[in-house]
Amino acid sequence: MFSDYSLAELGSIFVMQGFAGLILFSVFVLMALGLAIIFGQMGVINMAHGEFMILGAYVTYFTSQFFLNFIPSLFNIYFFVAMILAFFASGALGMFIEWAMIRRLYKRPLDTLLATWGLSLILQQVYRSVFGPREVGVELPEWMMGSLPVTDMVEVQINGLFVMGLTIAITVAVAVLMYKSNWGKQVRAVVQNRVMAGAVGINTEKVDRYTFGLGCGIAGVAGSAFTMIGSTGPTSGQLYIVDTFLVVVFGGAQSLLGTIASAFTISQAQSTMEFFLSGSTAKVLTLLSVVIILMLRPQGLFVIKVRR
Amino acid sequence: MSSNNDNSSRFSATRRKLLMGMAALPAVPLLAQTGLLTTPAHAQAPATADVNTTGLAVTDDEVTVGILHSVTGTMAISETGSVQAEKLAIDQINAAGGVLGRKIKYIQEDGASDWPTFAEKAKKLLVQDKVAAIFGCWTSASRKAVLPVVEQYNGMLYYPTFYEGLEQSKNVIYTGQEATQQILAGLDWVQETKGGKTFYLIGSDYIWPRTSMKIARKHIEGHLKDSKVVGEEYFPLGHTQFNSVINKIKLKKPDVIYAAVVGGSNVAFYKQLKAAGIDLSKQTLLTISVTEDEIDGIGGENIAGAYSCMKYFQSLDNPNNKEFVAAFKKMWGEKTVIGDVTQAAYLGPWLWKMTVEKAGSFDIDKIAEASPGIEFTKAPEGYVKIHKNHHLWSKTRVGQAQVDGQFKVVFETPDLIEPNPFPEGYQ
Repeated sequence: MFSDYSLAELGSIFVMQGFAGLILFSVFVLMALGLAIIFGQMGVINMAHGEFMILGAYVTYFTSQFFLNFIPSLFNIYFFVAMILAFFASGALGMFIEWAMIRRLYKRPLDTLLATWGLSLILQQVYRSVFGPREVGVELPEWMMGSLPVTDMVEVQINGLFVMGLTIAITVAVAVLMYKSNWGKQVRAVVQNRVMAGAVGINTEKVDRYTFGLGCGIAGVAGSAFTMIGSTGPTSGQLYIVDTFLVVVFGGAQSLLGTIASAFTISQAQSTMEFFLSGSTAKVLTLLSVVIILMLRPQGLFVIKVRR
Repeated sequence: MSSNNDNSSRFSATRRKLLMGMAALPAVPLLAQTGLLTTPAHAQAPATADVNTTGLAVTDDEVTVGILHSVTGTMAISETGSVQAEKLAIDQINAAGGVLGRKIKYIQEDGASDWPTFAEKAKKLLVQDKVAAIFGCWTSASRKAVLPVVEQYNGMLYYPTFYEGLEQSKNVIYTGQEATQQILAGLDWVQETKGGKTFYLIGSDYIWPRTSMKIARKHIEGHLKDSKVVGEEYFPLGHTQFNSVINKIKLKKPDVIYAAVVGGSNVAFYKQLKAAGIDLSKQTLLTISVTEDEIDGIGGENIAGAYSCMKYFQSLDNPNNKEFVAAFKKMWGEKTVIGDVTQAAYLGPWLWKMTVEKAGSFDIDKIAEASPGIEFTKAPEGYVKIHKNHHLWSKTRVGQAQVDGQFKVVFETPDLIEPNPFPEGYQ
């Protein structure tokens, strides 16, 4: 298929294709991080993850409207405000849900699947009733649109760079929080042995609530960022949920590093295959290889050793 | 979910009919002659027994119809507009005196974006409510689920969406375009005006885009002068990452991108095209899946410059449409937009009313027979006529998307295009 093109053209396409893979990687990491925390650290299968993301997207939409109507001079930076608000909105909702529903189900992990699936339906209908069934368009400041021309043929998407930067920042923040802070130590202690952690004076209920809140908050930020590349509507969250679970399960549920490694593998495979094959075939092949690898290695790519 | 489902009135209506049938019937003409029973509402209305011989929900002053769309679930995004249009049409018909002197009452059911639910609700409307017509369905999947039901129970469905064709039924009137009406004229136009010779086809992966692209490919390869398809791709519904295919498009440099991507994917596709630096004012893109409704979600600034091939645009400049747009906005709010399918849904109740009045009966068989030839001169899209294959004669138009979310009409076929749901040589 390449015989018709010059070397320069091919080179630049490979560069851009590599970049496309990196963007996909960042998107996967961003959407899976929140779930990895909740699923990996707490064992809760949160089917409503996508809806927490969409709450963030709606917050972004309303922030943009607010800035447009009241302080248009600051419209250029509204996105940062929106992301922070999205974090707190989704986080707060997450903590409320944990308190009202999830904490009653810790001993019945499979029931959380059903309960959170129900929750996702409820949230979808709430969004539909409150915000209307139609999709909304989130307006972006001018500087976040378009692409930077690097050479004549190589162009780099600005929103792609933005998502990458954001992903790196959040991943680093989560890693520091989990592995360097006192709170992270408590979370990991609770994961490894809940009873023992309680016995040494860790308030396990509080740890659970904040962990769930953090996971949902990150989902909110992801949703906020995805208004740049995707749609914002009551059911848009469903677009992400399958890929998110795929990344988390493939990576090995309890490992942050695993999530990143699996996001990288899947995104590169997907984006390369999409280039050479058609979209649907690429998806089928990706899913097929994930299924085969999980058959050979059911615990996922990475696993931490825990004394059971 | 049935906002107008009033059980008590239906019950009393049945009782009234029963009483009339048993005892009061002989007395009615007598009373009518003496002027005791004549009220203005059905002064000239023909007797119910004459216009309704099959036991539909028709009384002396009311006729019940069904509205069957998704107001919950993924499809609510698209189907909301159709529900609004149908209610507007019913309101207007009632204000103008109803159908055969009877006011239209509707029972709304929710298909919930779930195809078996559509079939079940259609059965409920036909068997239990005995509705005289159903205005509804949106996706082809929901129509395919409802089709056997309306055929088995002999109902009448008015289906608003442009669709892939290859279907025709006595019990369905298709008020949207079948595939050839939407595709062929648009492709001819793009070659004539833009000199398009190479085409890149891209769509969501299900029956409508695949069938449409098949027709488009046959037309491009067989009927357009030295044109060829340089790529054809389908993506799963809900796919949100288009960077790889955008790179492929950049490599192949097609004259025309021909797109039929739907739903959430649609938004992602245009946002990512824009981000990748593909300027739609320079790169010709022709789509058959973007109406004003979709632009709401995509954002006008992301799609400005692209061309869309439809039969109706909100910006159409004719007196019918001005009236329609004003009435629609008055009923549903200044900010609502009206897409192609919304307009087609608006035609349904009107076409049904005219057919009933031509047939002089609510009976389904008579309506099916009377439908061909029905003309609607007040249609917002202009003049339409029902073909004997139960599709509409209508024009094909091309509009260019503007930043404000509206289309500028740049082309319309001079004549009405004949509907041809089984196009020979295109299958």
